[in-house]
This record gives sequence, structure tokens and C-alpha cells, in this order.
Amino acid sequence: MSQKLILKLYVSGNTLRSRQAIANLQTFCDRELPDNCAVEIIDLIEFPEIAELEKILITPTLVKVSPEPQERIIGDLSDTKVLSLVLNLPSHFPTTK
Amino acid sequence: MTQAQPDLLAKIATGIPGFDVFSEGGLPEGRSTLIAGTAGSGKTIFANQFLIEGIKRGENGVFVTFEESPQMLRKNMRGFNWDIQQWEAEGKWMFVDASPADHNLPLISGEYDLEPLISRLKHAINQVNAKRVAIDSLSSVFSYVPNMAQVRAILFKLAQILRELEITAVLTCERTIDYGAISRYGVEEFVADNVIIMRNALLKEKRRRTIEILKYRGVSHQHGEFPLTIIPHQGIVVIPFATDVLKSKSSSQRVTTGNEELNRMCGGGWFKGSIILVSGATGTGKTLMTTEFIDGGIKNDEKCLLFALEESHEQLLRNALGWGIDYEQMETAGKLKIICRYPETMGLESHFVKMREEIEEFKPQRVAIDSISALERISSSKGFREFLLTLNILFKEKGITTLCTANTANSLESDSITQSNISTNTDLIILLRYVEIYGEIKRGLAILKMRGSQHDKNIREISIDQNGMSIGQTFRHIVGILSGNLTYIDANRIDRLDDLQTEI
Repeated sequence: MSQKLILKLYVSGNTLRSRQAIANLQTFCDRELPDNCAVEIIDLIEFPEIAELEKILITPTLVKVSPEPQERIIGDLSDTKVLSLVLNLPSHFPTTK
Repeated sequence: MTQAQPDLLAKIATGIPGFDVFSEGGLPEGRSTLIAGTAGSGKTIFANQFLIEGIKRGENGVFVTFEESPQMLRKNMRGFNWDIQQWEAEGKWMFVDASPADHNLPLISGEYDLEPLISRLKHAINQVNAKRVAIDSLSSVFSYVPNMAQVRAILFKLAQILRELEITAVLTCERTIDYGAISRYGVEEFVADNVIIMRNALLKEKRRRTIEILKYRGVSHQHGEFPLTIIPHQGIVVIPFATDVLKSKSSSQRVTTGNEELNRMCGGGWFKGSIILVSGATGTGKTLMTTEFIDGGIKNDEKCLLFALEESHEQLLRNALGWGIDYEQMETAGKLKIICRYPETMGLESHFVKMREEIEEFKPQRVAIDSISALERISSSKGFREFLLTLNILFKEKGITTLCTANTANSLESDSITQSNISTNTDLIILLRYVEIYGEIKRGLAILKMRGSQHDKNIREISIDQNGMSIGQTFRHIVGILSGNLTYIDANRIDRLDDLQTEI
């Protein structure tokens, strides 16, 4: 079993785009990483100081906190290929054999 | 039109010397002003100076930076003696850091927006209770959001928030060329009622910085481009051409030229507060005339300021001593100040600002500039003309008797650009010329014009020795000295002409 994934998803308010991002991430994690993934959702309208601290300019932003290296994805996460790539899920890499 | 009804919009000072004058008070209060300019035109400095002035007046500021990191800005602005870090510590200044992060570029998965920019800006404004905001630069927003409609939406939102909070804001944006479309993406349409353009144009190998108010919606301001300079420890200084030439003083009091015979030629001396141009080729006696002018002033208990643009301090002392005038002693007595500065050490606008500072500090009754034409080689002819005009207005306002020398390019002929530029607002023009007589070089002096007074119209021979300048006889056997086409005339013919005139 690989290391546990820690993810942070930054959104701006309860907008359609925020909900979409949350839903897309939820679906993806449930499907690909059951029980191996901790997601924290942060609303930057409520906590703008966190946006300043983390230098986040775009929402939704997904940050892979752990394992290292830190990586960021922006957008509503509708493109799951990008997600697999960043979250390093080998099953989704095209096989050359 | 704008004069008839009172301005409903107040303006707030930017603290940029000169700008607040020609903008008639600064930036429109509670509104956003777009500062458009090419790279290196001074937009960021403008934005900083605007916030700093606010802090001095108890109005806190927020700086949204897209390009330079706050660390870089703090460091760069320290060069102007602005300690941003301290204001941050005091809760008067806050950065919203939107500069490119050092982590990897994010990958894109689906649609996104720039909402956090808005929430961070709001947060910062609330934190320090800001009245002033600077955003540097708006153009960067475009690199984050590829879609024009989204950019429009975000800029609209930005403008709306600033308006709601009654913030006076400066938004910078990039231009690709100094003369052309206001901004690369046409942002000016959405965000600002007011547009200022800063230029850093290259004209004939010389840089000329200017600032212009393109529009102030519903508020009055002066039109046209104004030159500016960026000075260490001060920031931007705009040089507004004083438009109130008519306010300048005019005196009928005569003061000595420093030379007895020259006093006589000018009907008893020069008028106090007049501007005198001495034009001649190298070695014709311009520096000597300057030295005598200063000597005359000191003897009259006037304070004198000498701007030397071609010679070093030591050279000047030695030259003056050679004519029996002790500059060193005058300096020690605090009556004379000599400032030696080679033209190439700074731009023309900086020269002006420095000169003005020194004049205001030393408060001289006499100023000599030897030579003013040396400054011509560091600027465009338009820039030089404006410089002369502004300088002359400064002297007139302060009632300073001023002597400027100008080098003529050709040692025998009289034409020079300096002369044509400067002569319209000088009160007195003296020409010094080489005159060739039967294989010998002599020097001649002529007074070309003197406002408000009679003067000697003859071309007189001058000689220079250890006592200075002696003005001698009129050149009688030569015509065409001023045009440089010398013709000798038979002595008998001149006598006959004289006889004719006396008979009539």
C-alpha cells in the first residue's frame, strides 16, 4: 500500500464551480483511492488570509500536500487524466508493453 | 466649460512633485486611474509614490503586485529612501502578493476563476483600513486567464469593489509602444475613468521621459506631455512648464555687469532680474565675462551661484585668479557657490531639478551658467527648448539676474541653435567674435539686443590681460563681422563717410 494522500481543495464560496470541483474530486477519490485519501476543503471567501499565505490566486485549486513534492492543479477537476497524472496513479499511465 | 461649474470630484495628492501641479491637485478621489506605459517608463514608482504620500497623510495603502515580489519591491524602493517594511509593521501598508510563485506551474483541469484575487484585495483593504490601492500591473491578469470574457468579468468586479469602498486606485498596464494604442488589451475601456500615459521614448539616441493625462472624466487638468525624471531619494519629479510667465517680475533697477565700460555700453548696467546671453566661440572671453559678472555681484553684496558645466572647480579657481579674482575667498565667505557638473552625468530633467533645488537652497541674487549650450548635447532639441523656457521662468519668478554663456559652433560665424532657442526669452544678448585683421586675430564684442534700454551699437574690440577684460575702440575698417564675411574698408572712405554725416 502506498503512502496516504493528503489533499487540500481551495474554492471561492458556494458557487456552481466550487460544487463541481468538490463533486469531481469526491467521485475520483471514491473510485480510485478508497480509504487512502484525506481531503480538506477550504473556502477562501471565508479565509482570505489563507489565500494570501498560500499565494492562491485561482480557484478551484487542488494542492497535493503529501507525499512530496507538492503539486497544484487548477480548475474544476473535470479532466480526470490530469488528476491521475498528478496524484501519480500508475494504473492510468498508458502501458507500453 | 469645466471652469464654469465647480468640480464635484475632489482630487488627492500623489506626492509626485510637479504632477500635483499640472493635474491640478492629483488623482480624482474615490476613482481608479489607469497608468499606461512601456517597460521602464516609471509606472511602478508612480504607484509606490502614490501610496507613500497617502501614508504620510494618514491614508493607508494596499499594493497588489503581479510582477515583482514584495521582497524585491521593498528592496528596490529602499533606493528612494522608502522603508516599506516599517509601514507594513505599523499596519499602514499591505501587500497582496500575486507575483509568480516559485513552485511549479499548476496543471489545468477544467474551468477556473480569479476570485481569490478579489477576496484577498478586500481582505487587505479591511486589514489596514486602506484608502489607496495600487495594482501593478493589470496586464498580468491576462496571463492567468486566457479567456477575454473572464478577464473582462474580473476587471469589472475589481473596479466595482474599489468604487464601492471609495478607494482611490492606481492601476498600471503595459504598453508595447510609446505612441499608439493605450494598452495592449484595451483594458482601459472597462476599468478606469481616468487614463495617464507615461512614456520613455527614444528620440535620436536620447531618452525622454514624459507623463500625460489622457483623460480625467469630468475633472479639469492641463493637457500635453510633461517631462519627468526619476531621482534617487526622491522618486519621480515632473517638471511642469510654468504657464504663468506673465507673473514674472520686471525691474528697472540697474546692477553692475562687473565691467565699467560694459556698464556704460549698456546705459548704466544690466537690469536686475534680467537674463543675459553671452554667445561666442571658444576662447572669445565668455568665461571671463562670467567671472566679472560674479565679481561685480559679490562686490555689490549679492549672493552668486555658478553652474560650471565644462570646467572643474580647480580650473575655475585658477582661471579667475589669473584675472585677479579670488573665487576661493568668496566661497569661504559664503557669498559664492560653485557647482561643477558635467552634462553627461545625468539627464537634462535631472539637471533642471538639481539646479532648482540648489537655487532654492542657496537663494542667490545672481546665477551664471557656463555654458548652457553644453547641456544641448544631452537632449533632443525639443527637450532643450522646454528646459530653457522652464529655467528662464524660474529665474524670472525669483528675480535672479542670470548670465548664460553659449558656445557657437563656428568660430567666426554667429549662428547657433542655442541662440535661436534661448534668444526669445533673454533680455540681453552679447556677441563675442573673433575678428581677423591683417593677419592678426582680435576679439570683438557687440550688444545685439537689450530690452527696455538704449545701448552702444558699435562692435568694440576687447583685450584680455591679468586685470580682466578691457573694452577698447570700435572696429572701424571692417564690415561683416557678425555675418562672418569680413571686408576691409579703406580708412579714407570711412573718414569721407563721417564727413558726410556731420555735414548732414
